[in-house]
Amino acid sequence: MYSRKVIIHYTADIVDQPIVHRLVKDYDLAFNILKARILPKREGLLVLDLVGTKENFDRGIRYLKKSGVKVEPLSDRVTQNTDRCVHCGACIAFCSTGALYIDKKTMMVLFDAEKCNGCELCVTACPARAMEIDLF
Amino acid sequence: MKKFKVNKTFKEINEKIRHGKAVVVTAEEMIDIVEKKGALEAARKIDVVTTGTFAPMCSSGVFINFGHTSPRMRASRVWLNDVPAYGGIAAVDCYIGATEVVEGDPLNSVHPGEFNYGGGHVIEDLVAGNVIRLRLEGYGTDCYPARKLEKNITIHDLRNAILLNPRNAYQNYNCAVNMSDKTIYTYMGVLRPRMANATYSTSGQLSPLFNDPYCKTIGIGTRIFLGGTKGYVAWHGTQHNPHVPRGKNGVPKEGAGTIATIGNLIEMSPKWIVGASILGYGVSLYVGIGIPIPILNEDMAQYTSVSDKDIYTQVFDYGVDYPNGVVKSLREVSYKELRSGTITLNGKKIPTAPLSSYYRAMEIANTLKEWIEKGTFLLGEPQEILPSEKT
Repeated sequence: MYSRKVIIHYTADIVDQPIVHRLVKDYDLAFNILKARILPKREGLLVLDLVGTKENFDRGIRYLKKSGVKVEPLSDRVTQNTDRCVHCGACIAFCSTGALYIDKKTMMVLFDAEKCNGCELCVTACPARAMEIDLF
Repeated sequence: MKKFKVNKTFKEINEKIRHGKAVVVTAEEMIDIVEKKGALEAARKIDVVTTGTFAPMCSSGVFINFGHTSPRMRASRVWLNDVPAYGGIAAVDCYIGATEVVEGDPLNSVHPGEFNYGGGHVIEDLVAGNVIRLRLEGYGTDCYPARKLEKNITIHDLRNAILLNPRNAYQNYNCAVNMSDKTIYTYMGVLRPRMANATYSTSGQLSPLFNDPYCKTIGIGTRIFLGGTKGYVAWHGTQHNPHVPRGKNGVPKEGAGTIATIGNLIEMSPKWIVGASILGYGVSLYVGIGIPIPILNEDMAQYTSVSDKDIYTQVFDYGVDYPNGVVKSLREVSYKELRSGTITLNGKKIPTAPLSSYYRAMEIANTLKEWIEKGTFLLGEPQEILPSEKT
């Protein structure tokens, strides 16, 4: 099974289309909504964890792009600013997915973007403000 | 007076350092050396053990003299990037404290406050050479007539910028948990309800004062690594308390000794002086400190070989007990256990997280080791040892 977390940005004109439903029906993808936001002009974003076969996942992504939404991997939008990080480890108490962890060998705080679910708790929990998330 | 088989003096060790012959190891490396060779043999071989710590240290701040203006001014109120500094020192002197919050910050009115900017960040901006808006107000005197002034400055425009931290490098510190039913936001970080996480804040076996538990070699004038350059121990720190329960190895089992540190901020680096925003609590400053411990005799070799498994602290409830001033330890826990990632409390496994950077502490100990090996950093013999318990 292939699993990836993606951000879907949609515009107001396609907000009434059941695109997530199509992912399930036509491409046999299971989804888990990690985040959903609708902005004042009815544009918005969805952060989804999509699970299925690699082939279906790729086809599903192609469908999304064709239907006019912008799709990108969540991992592209969450970064550890290594110039700011002091490797204290305060963040690991918040990170429920284990994306942030201390490497026992080097004692450095490392970030595995693939594990991140975009909860954003680390952003304000980091005293040095080293975690950067830009979902929009 | 105890008789030792190895007897070295600061002077002798400094002579070796000058000639590039001193044998220097980090406090981490010393653990194995003493375990394999014994304290006596280690004392003969090793001259200096370097330590390090890097963590938010609240009791920190900078004395600034920004120089006279024309016309002159008795600046009684001072702001740096809208962060108030204390101006009641002299005409153009102030003290900016690490925990002062920027004016207009919503604080905790929208709880938990983010505290994105404050004294700690001003200090980091100064060290980084960034432009700072200096705002002054005076009441006007015959000799100092000006009443208002605003200008942009950098650290290079200042006549003096002296980091003087009244309390740093705590010898030990609490491990914090939260036994209440709601999430709390403390200086020990965010603590989730019903003991869902535990935080602690020392570098354990690398921490300076754990390696000289009775402060036998540390005192006024001890030369140290401070903020990326050399600094000094100025005095014992505020709240310094040597009279606490100790293990057989002499290491305090709770908060004990502290040091006041001093150094030239202008020579420091923003890598080692970093502003900290602590969610729902306030602003602070990460400070990097390292102390070289001279191995004067076999006792000092033994002390500096202390490892995380033999260093203990107390777990306190920050949900109810701590805020109410109730001193009730929930259990004693070793730093080995804390650093393993989980501790057990009342039968429950609790994930732990440090607030102190072990990685940076190692870097400091190694940097200090290099400086001493190169002969660019000599030991400062204390004029007066810190107050301590007799052994």
